Amino acid sequence: MTLAVLSQALSLVLDPYVLWVVFASAAFGLFVGAIPGLTATMATALLVPVTFFMPPVPAIAAIVTATAMAIFAGDIPSCLLRMPGTAASAAYTDEAYAMTKKGHGEMALGAGLVFSAVGGLFGTAVLIAAAPALAEVALKFSSFEYFWLVVLGLSSAVFLTFGSPLKGVVSLLLGLLVAAVGLDNPAAFPRFTFGNAELSGGLTLIPIMIGMFAVSEILRNVAAMEQPWEMAQARIGNVFTGMWRLAKRYPLGILRGSALGTAIGALPGAGADIAAWMSYAISKKFSKEPEKFGTGHVEGIVEAGASNNSALAGAWIPSLVFGIPGDSITAIVIGVLYIKGLNPGPTVFMEKAPEMYAIFFIFIIANLLMLPLGVAAIKGAKQLLRAPRELLMPVILLFCIVGSFAINNSLFGVVLMLVFGLLAYVMEENGFPVAPAILGMVLGAMLEEHFISSMIKSDGRLLGFFERPIAGALGGLALLVIAWPLVRAWLERKGGKP
Amino acid sequence: MKINDALSGAALVALGAAVLWHIQGFPPMPGQKFGPAWFPGLIAAGLIACGALLAATRLRAATRDPLLALPAWTRRARPLASLAAVVAGLVVYVLAVDTLGFHITAVALLMVWSRLLGAAWRFALPVAGAATVIIHLAFYKLLKVPLPWGLLKGVVF
Repeated sequence: MTLAVLSQALSLVLDPYVLWVVFASAAFGLFVGAIPGLTATMATALLVPVTFFMPPVPAIAAIVTATAMAIFAGDIPSCLLRMPGTAASAAYTDEAYAMTKKGHGEMALGAGLVFSAVGGLFGTAVLIAAAPALAEVALKFSSFEYFWLVVLGLSSAVFLTFGSPLKGVVSLLLGLLVAAVGLDNPAAFPRFTFGNAELSGGLTLIPIMIGMFAVSEILRNVAAMEQPWEMAQARIGNVFTGMWRLAKRYPLGILRGSALGTAIGALPGAGADIAAWMSYAISKKFSKEPEKFGTGHVEGIVEAGASNNSALAGAWIPSLVFGIPGDSITAIVIGVLYIKGLNPGPTVFMEKAPEMYAIFFIFIIANLLMLPLGVAAIKGAKQLLRAPRELLMPVILLFCIVGSFAINNSLFGVVLMLVFGLLAYVMEENGFPVAPAILGMVLGAMLEEHFISSMIKSDGRLLGFFERPIAGALGGLALLVIAWPLVRAWLERKGGKP
Repeated sequence: MKINDALSGAALVALGAAVLWHIQGFPPMPGQKFGPAWFPGLIAAGLIACGALLAATRLRAATRDPLLALPAWTRRARPLASLAAVVAGLVVYVLAVDTLGFHITAVALLMVWSRLLGAAWRFALPVAGAATVIIHLAFYKLLKVPLPWGLLKGVVF
């Protein structure tokens, strides 16, 4: 990295247009994150049609800022309504609400805000240090390594969650089947197109994602519209009071949460929500006062709050370096990167260095901006949570329609959005997770291509997949993840409940 | 809607079988083993295996659930009507937008949706109008997305 690159990156970021986009998407992210039922992934899916028309740096900046804000803002309704604003806050929603009930709402919100920013900056630092270095290594990767990375990502998405692994596999297979539609396969044969021109290019992923992440959420919201939201605490004082004391009291927890979050984020396929659950559990396990957990104790919020925001930055490492998404947000981002000509891969750090460093700068700005804007969001929480859902949901729905249409200027996009929105709704109602399907759609073509070229290289011997050292290690790791449910079941049987 | 795992399992087996049948027509790649049918074939086999496993697990369990169970809220009129309106509205949009035009369709759908969800006329009407105008300005004017004019072709603005 040279000074010239850095100054080029800075000038890309300090453009008034970019800064305006950052502010606007920050406000958007805070709003979407704070409303229960509107998630960070949904914020990303809704932003894509708009970023479609922007230059690369502001387009990516919009998504980075909005998601960072949304993951923090998810803590606000956790404290006030006992409803997580995004899935990443669910791990400590009960804890935060219990704190508010005890009259410590300020501290719960403040810890969420301050340690979200700390975790986010930690994850960003790792991203800046690790991604270009990893890219150097990845330059030597062949189809074997890529094949195993894809398998690792897909299996993490299926097996490192809480639901039924079998249903996760089903979801993944459905995603892979969607990816198989069209001409984009090694033989360039039109598969499952039924002579339809719209299908020969493959199913456009952005309307599908708007359907699966936004329309399905709206359906869920609409079905549950009758229950009013009740706020636990109306007045909120200074949220920064006592934060320094917390930082001095739990330095290890903050570091552990940030590091684990970054690692889980960087693991292809696992994202902020899993990071928060794991960090909360670890915090309880190593705490000096584990009996206080669940009664309104801040320690777990500090660690898990840092963890989910650091995971967000960590997820960009495999996305930028290998084009393999770290979570469902970056699964959408990868599509945007391709559209913007910032094709992810190890060479992107040489060919598009100023843009990459501009993205890093945006991460830093977004996490710093989180502090003042977060305070404003907390202060305005009362009004924010009173946003009339009966007016909001229809407007979001219209926005989804226009967004899905705008990608190809085709009504087929709206049809895709509806079909996949319904599918995702029914799937989630029946315990089939949606994330593996998304990863399957994004990675299907890559999986097939690298498998076939590896098979040709190794002359059809499966052992050839383990003969290169890094490929072998990645393969071993992937097999470990696949075996994880069995290991967990065995551990549970051996030692009672974990 | 709760679908019994036995039913969804059977549906997955059927889907897998249909894919397997369909890919029989894919041509082989000359000179090598892995043609275009290979990858979908593997997916189909996986779907059949998982579907069968899902159904078998369900059928072996002691409890007998109905094949289809509707959650409690579907017995109340409001949520059911709202849900149906969302889906029906999207279908109406796809079918009608080219004839009626974006603006008329959007205002009508927003009004119906927000009224059904419980908004008062005095909010539903201005919000529907404002949202449509904002989307017009943002997507049609700024981003040049060709939203259809339909009936309003004479008054393009």
